[in-house]
Amino acid sequence: MKKLTVCLLVFLLASSVLFAAGGTEQKSGVKEVVIGVFEPLTGENGGGGYQEVLGMRYANKVYPTVKINGETYNVRLVEADNKSDKTEAVTAAQSLISSGASVILGSYGSGVSIAAGDIFLDNKVPAIGASCTNPQVTLGNDYYYRVCFLDPFQGTVMANYAWQEGAKKAAVITQLGDDYSSGLGNFFSRAFQGLGGSVVSEQRFQTNTTDFKSILTNIKAANPDVIFAPSSIATAPLIIKQARELGITAKIMAGDTWENSSIIENAGISAEGVVLSTFFDDADPATAEAAKFIEGFKKYLVENKQPDIIPAVSALGYDAYITALKAIELANSTKGPAIRDALAKVDLEGVTGRIVFDANGDANKDMAFIKVVENGQFKFLKTVSVM
Amino acid sequence: MSMTTILQHCLTGISLGGAYALIAIGYTLVYGILRLINFAHGDIFMMAGYFMIFALTSFPWPIAILITLVVTTLMGIGIERAAYKPLRSAPRMSIMISAIGVSYLLQNLSTYLFTAIPRGYPEIPFLKKIFQMGELSASFVTILTPILTIILVVILMILVNKTKTGMAMRAVSKDFETAKLMGININRVISVTFAIGSFLAGVGSILYFTDRMSVTPFSGTLPGLKCFVAAVFGGIGNIPGAVVGGFFIGIVETLLVALGYSTFSDAFTFFLLIVMLLVRPTGLFGEKTVEKV
Amino acid sequence: MLKIKRNHLYSIIVLTLLMVFLYWLNANRLQNGMLVSVLQKGVILALVAVSMNLLNGFTGLFSLGQAGFMSIGAYTTAILLIPVQNLDGVYYMNGVHPAIRAFKMMVASSPEFIQIIFPFIALLLGGLLAAFAAAIVGIAVLRLKSDYLAIATLGLSEIVRAIFSSPQFDQVTNGSYGLNKIPNFPPMLWGAIPSLITPFIVVSICIVFIVFLIKSSYGRAFKAIREDEIAAEAMGINLFKHKSMSFIISSFFSAIAGGLLAMYMRSIEAKTFSITLTYDILLIVVIGGIGSVTGSVLSAFLVTAAKEWWLRFFDQPLLIGSWQVPLFRTGFRMVIFSILLMIVVLIYRRGIMGTNEFSWDRILKRLKFKRSKEGGKK
Repeated sequence: MKKLTVCLLVFLLASSVLFAAGGTEQKSGVKEVVIGVFEPLTGENGGGGYQEVLGMRYANKVYPTVKINGETYNVRLVEADNKSDKTEAVTAAQSLISSGASVILGSYGSGVSIAAGDIFLDNKVPAIGASCTNPQVTLGNDYYYRVCFLDPFQGTVMANYAWQEGAKKAAVITQLGDDYSSGLGNFFSRAFQGLGGSVVSEQRFQTNTTDFKSILTNIKAANPDVIFAPSSIATAPLIIKQARELGITAKIMAGDTWENSSIIENAGISAEGVVLSTFFDDADPATAEAAKFIEGFKKYLVENKQPDIIPAVSALGYDAYITALKAIELANSTKGPAIRDALAKVDLEGVTGRIVFDANGDANKDMAFIKVVENGQFKFLKTVSVM
Repeated sequence: MSMTTILQHCLTGISLGGAYALIAIGYTLVYGILRLINFAHGDIFMMAGYFMIFALTSFPWPIAILITLVVTTLMGIGIERAAYKPLRSAPRMSIMISAIGVSYLLQNLSTYLFTAIPRGYPEIPFLKKIFQMGELSASFVTILTPILTIILVVILMILVNKTKTGMAMRAVSKDFETAKLMGININRVISVTFAIGSFLAGVGSILYFTDRMSVTPFSGTLPGLKCFVAAVFGGIGNIPGAVVGGFFIGIVETLLVALGYSTFSDAFTFFLLIVMLLVRPTGLFGEKTVEKV
Repeated sequence: MLKIKRNHLYSIIVLTLLMVFLYWLNANRLQNGMLVSVLQKGVILALVAVSMNLLNGFTGLFSLGQAGFMSIGAYTTAILLIPVQNLDGVYYMNGVHPAIRAFKMMVASSPEFIQIIFPFIALLLGGLLAAFAAAIVGIAVLRLKSDYLAIATLGLSEIVRAIFSSPQFDQVTNGSYGLNKIPNFPPMLWGAIPSLITPFIVVSICIVFIVFLIKSSYGRAFKAIREDEIAAEAMGINLFKHKSMSFIISSFFSAIAGGLLAMYMRSIEAKTFSITLTYDILLIVVIGGIGSVTGSVLSAFLVTAAKEWWLRFFDQPLLIGSWQVPLFRTGFRMVIFSILLMIVVLIYRRGIMGTNEFSWDRILKRLKFKRSKEGGKK
């Protein structure tokens, strides 16, 4: 038995070297370009990550090839699950790089994107974030781009909206240890106070908390007009339901993550009236690409046994993919630095609007869609642009 | 902080404490008999949550509850048979590692089977009915939890003190070897213990998740550890002690979060544990024994 | 006499080969990104596993606090090493504590020599801080036995984690946002050892130290405590002194590994050091064999490689022809993994190495044995 184990060991160790050698040889022969998908499929943000991946997979189905120097290359998506965990993110990112990815797409959740950013930078592989809204993702990283708007913008939008609706007192709930939640909450507070409102209660909760009654009781005591609670899809229904259970009637608002039908499903009637900002509205296609996308993607969602409501992150995933293709075409190369230089010059009409990157690598998005939950559906309320 | 707010916090705390108490009993019983921290107990609790979700999709709630409790109980016994029984004569560290392994397996298995995306816990309408008492408002389950906990504990105490099985359990926890020599079927007693513990974890799971509405593969880990602390706090092996510990930790945790120290609410539990172990290792109500800690 | 020389020769040959391999890897690191990253992570986890083994396997103290001490090392190293120019970017939300900035300015303006060795000083400081913490809590916690000790140390690591992620320390640990922009491994000996190889050298030095410790009279005392505390005490071994020594040293090396992990990951947060990390390390120790240093090292590499690399295909849907292999989807890898762990725990209780260490004699003997068996067949 023991001998067998030892033999197995030796074999495995030896094969690891072979693996390493074999990995590079695959690329020659077939003309293909690899695009890495760096997304959470499990963990806290697994749900949102999956929706984003769906958008990318669909985009890959629509545009399976790319032309480089007149030659047609197949685009192969390689997915790596970062498990919504910064520790896993590093190895997942590394595995994408070693699979020969020319561009990386993702990730849902800013924390993991920030964690992996330095790896992409070190290996000179450009990354295009789809829905990571925290400023830190692209700041000081020449190889990180993104197609969505930023948290300071989103926070301002929501603060403006709250203020216009006549709210004077706001309560903010954020998640400890989460860049997205803490960041967005903070930007909202600043913007809201800048407008003259007051933040009467700031509550924080830990990851994996399911009992929000104590913080909500505090909020109830402070009697705010609105509650701003940017958080993950997982926590959203809990906050909403427990708030209503405690008899809190204040308007509940949040950021882009909440645009997910599972929240309405889980929170049921309590979700009515929840307001959120998002990137995209399928009832009002902004571009020609969008109209095409909406029609085809709905069918694709049904094929994948999903509800046929298009999540904004899927649209962003799609946009990230077509941006990557465009950049590869412009660069006429599969080399990271060339693609990065091309990305800076990209100008295209995506599903979520025009995509042009600024010096920082952020798309110039100056419009957010505000939606409200009504009769168990996300209903478009209005678009807000600031700046 | 106004009076209503404080009362509201207390209500939340007591309700949480009730669920903790039910889980803590499982720890205390198993530890009393096997001297084993059943790390998988929290995950049994989590699995019970999933069982309920699936049972309720195809059955009306009374049957679904029954199914959940039966399956959870069987799973508890099964885990004991598969993972702890073969190690009965092994050093304590091995059994503990096995318990950690089972917990790891259950978490990964449920991540695989049910995905890590939180599942909404189905509502049993009458449990979710909202009561208004002046300024206070709470759902029925919040009030039911502590009451049901007390009732179950009383029944359990009668079971342990008055029945033959209970006597056997006490004998085994007093002295494993001697009990064996006296002709007590050790394996049966251990199975019964795991059955009771898992059953109560199942009940606790229904109450806890109805109030909190979502289950993930990791939602058992922290409550599990906390309930173990509750069991230690009350004196391990002591059922009323575990209940008191459960309520205490539930209330203090709620108050800490209420005061804005949510970061430290988990840390506090462990701090309490360390202090307790140092000051009074046998817990609040534990009996003095020579070699325990 | 001849035997010893021969064994030394073999060891030197293998070590040289390993060094050549590492330099080859360094030259071809772009093509072998995954191999490099798995090996680096493996070697870091090997150090934690060995230090956990020192405590659990050799001294018989079942402690589950590794992640906590790792986080002390990681945070200290990270805070000390984040470059001055990135401070504002990292602490973008709450600003950085003025003392930290001042200290960094001082380091940045110090002579070049100090700057070169500063990363190692940071590692060392992290280790010392953890050792100090261990010394203090050890006084209280080490009075506890077996499972109580386990749960108390587990609690400790959770307390440390809560402190690091608390908003009250925002300006030092950056609270819930975590730290990023941590520089990669520094090169050693003025570039003679490239940065890629640094973790291997650091970890080797640490493990060699632990091995010497285990072989010394202290190590024998540790083992005596493991076998029978009362007997050990009767033999004149100071229980508390030896237990706390083992605890402190183990924490020190866990923290060094934590610091290396911070350099490896480039970005850390309190969540990284949760209970799961301790469980993962425990898994490595158990698979390697409780009480075997070489077992821990081997299994650290195996487990890391299997988990991050070889078994990844379990998570991908697999098509053979047009037949979709059932079961293969996200999460399956970890299920396989936990089943493997349970098999080791329940059946192969000794793990890969049991309590044995690697030795040339045994390998040679086995080879000879095989040969003679084959010879017998003829």
